[in-house]
Amino acid sequence: MASVTSTAAPGSHSRARRWLSGFRERETRYALAFIFPWFFGFVALTAGPMIASLYFSFTDYGVEQIAGFEPTPFVGLDNYRTLLDDPKIVTALENTFTFTLMMVPATMIVALALAMILLRIGRAAGFFRTLFYLPQITPPVAVGILLLLLFNGSTGIVNRGLELIHVPGPFWTTDPQWIKPSLVIISVWSVGGTMVIFLAALRSVPQQLYEAAAMDGAPPWRRFKDVTLPLISPALFFNLIILTIAGLQTFTEVYVAYFGGGSAGAEAPDAALMYSIYLFREAFEFFKMGYASAMAWLLFVIIMMITLVNVVVSRRFVFYQGGQR
Amino acid sequence: MSIRWKWGALLVAVAALCAVAVAGLAGARSTAETLDIYGFGPGDDVANGRAEIATKALGGADVNNPRGGFNDQAFLAQLASGKVPDVVYLSRSSVGTYAAKNAFLPLTNCIKNEKIDLKQYRAAALKEVTYKGKIYALPEFTNQITILVNNDVVKQAGVDLADVSTTKWAKLRQANKKMLKTDGGKVTRIGFDPKIPEFFPLWVKWFGADLVSKDGLKAQLNSRQAIAALEFTASLIRDHGGWNRFKAFRDTWDFFGAKNQIAQDQVGAFPIESFYYNVLADNSPSVNITAKFFTNRKGGPITLFAGSGWAIPRGSKDQSLACKWMKSMTAVNTWVAVAKSRFDTRKRQNRAFTGLYTANTRADVKIFEDIYERLGKKDFDDAVRLLVQAPRYGFALPLSPGGAELRQAYIDGITRVLAGQQTPRAALNQAQREAQAAIDKNK
Repeated sequence: MASVTSTAAPGSHSRARRWLSGFRERETRYALAFIFPWFFGFVALTAGPMIASLYFSFTDYGVEQIAGFEPTPFVGLDNYRTLLDDPKIVTALENTFTFTLMMVPATMIVALALAMILLRIGRAAGFFRTLFYLPQITPPVAVGILLLLLFNGSTGIVNRGLELIHVPGPFWTTDPQWIKPSLVIISVWSVGGTMVIFLAALRSVPQQLYEAAAMDGAPPWRRFKDVTLPLISPALFFNLIILTIAGLQTFTEVYVAYFGGGSAGAEAPDAALMYSIYLFREAFEFFKMGYASAMAWLLFVIIMMITLVNVVVSRRFVFYQGGQR
Repeated sequence: MSIRWKWGALLVAVAALCAVAVAGLAGARSTAETLDIYGFGPGDDVANGRAEIATKALGGADVNNPRGGFNDQAFLAQLASGKVPDVVYLSRSSVGTYAAKNAFLPLTNCIKNEKIDLKQYRAAALKEVTYKGKIYALPEFTNQITILVNNDVVKQAGVDLADVSTTKWAKLRQANKKMLKTDGGKVTRIGFDPKIPEFFPLWVKWFGADLVSKDGLKAQLNSRQAIAALEFTASLIRDHGGWNRFKAFRDTWDFFGAKNQIAQDQVGAFPIESFYYNVLADNSPSVNITAKFFTNRKGGPITLFAGSGWAIPRGSKDQSLACKWMKSMTAVNTWVAVAKSRFDTRKRQNRAFTGLYTANTRADVKIFEDIYERLGKKDFDDAVRLLVQAPRYGFALPLSPGGAELRQAYIDGITRVLAGQQTPRAALNQAQREAQAAIDKNK
């Protein structure tokens, strides 16, 4: 036993020494210096508040505590128990999942299609790339207002367009059945960021693979399925994760359109109640900060679990050139 | 160094010392005597004129009045940081929530020390800011609700103006059906817009009932009267082909523009706050309108008050100054002075003056009797005469510790009914549970 300890110790010492010696290298010091601002921001502005909100989620933190009038009462798991009994949590989660399930594939399909078109149009690509990217830089508040104008069931442009092809348009912004589809469509409109990532991935696919596939007689669909998709799978995976998180956290456009006192007014339908909006309401309209913190942590756990499932599943489908996963 | 240079250096040093001392004193003075306001900000002529008068009443103290309205998030951040404003301006419906959480101070001492005469304020407006027998804010503006009738639509539809009244619901529904217009499944004119969920408390008051008990501690959202009121008002909307069609059309109105729904004959009648007559007088003065009281089932006028008020947050560093400010901002003389100024300005610009409607009864009387002049347009003159009388029939929802959640509960419930997701009874039962739970937690 003693001999085992004596043989293991020098190895771990030398590993530690090697690790420490790395800090003496100039490149490591530069790297740390560059990382420091992000690290400081992460600790002070993200990790700190996250830990604080974890603590608040076990308390009844409200206006009196914020102002320091009263001590913060510890309530144990009460807020988490209330989450399980709150019917609005179920409504908000249903809405958020439904929206995400529709928005993520729709955005990825449209973004990939646009990227493939851009790859083929040659000299005008720069103009169209800018054009397709423009909605991405439109402020979300403007997008929320635009949603109400474009999708108005009575005079909106979308329904007028549908009338031209003799399709009766639905009441997008008032009918609970159509509220989420209209939100998905307006989200897809801001597809520029996803498209740019796909475009970069498509450009990195070696041309000779397509030529070889074509020589073997592979039709376009086979070339897309067996060459393009595997080689851009890291980009697909990245966009899947990012869009899923964005979908689960969706807030601004929906809030402005349905909850922000705009033309939709106070009568916001349950179908538009996204999880983040309900969280915001509980925290900043009803001042239930402890409960809202518990809600935030539930959302964090849900996002982590979905991301982990995506990562595990991706091992079977994502192909990294050079064999690295 | 010559003697001349030495004297020069000494003079500069003394001057510098004096400057530092004066600056220090001035700084100390401004910190001690600066009234920090939150939620008011520079506004229109009436707001700025009153702020000027109130500043003079502070006896030389500075006023810090940053831009922007009251925002819960920002106010909470101020409370958390300890930099609490001295006085805040907010909607009276929000006062209860903060009062119940001890974030506002009761104004008992302020009223006593400044000898503020509470009789000058409208009783219903004071009730809105009274919690557990103590007053937590001084009421300022008041928007009373009356029914605005589009005479052209009434005439076109062959409806008797007397039937556009909330006294007899059956007749109102018939008038609604006659005035509304649809075309190819779309609404092109709303007959009578009941304005729910916004004005739902008014429809419940038709029975003499309220949505919350007098002490604000018991929600009454699923009372027999509330269910009946929701069934009737929802039926007025259903007559248009349902909420989807109704709201989609209403969302297209140019509410504050020259091509508003009255000017475009897009609506027959609807209840609306008093400020809107001013909007119409400015933007479409040629509209043909009648203002009518919202009446209860016995034909008596009723109106729902809404408005703003001034409160002192706990932690205010200069409560005495804050109190002086509030007193002056809501005083009769202040209101009358700015009303006179607005009247003169509008007269010079050849624009209509439709009065100011405040929570101060005496100010309203003086403004109407001493300043207001008939516009020379019968519709608006009659409307103003009615608006001046309306506040005496006003009521407000009693202040409740779960006020914000109670309001949200009935708004959500009514929205579910309008969307066809629940019956009025089921929706209001759910709203009742939600509201009572919120009150119980906050009281």
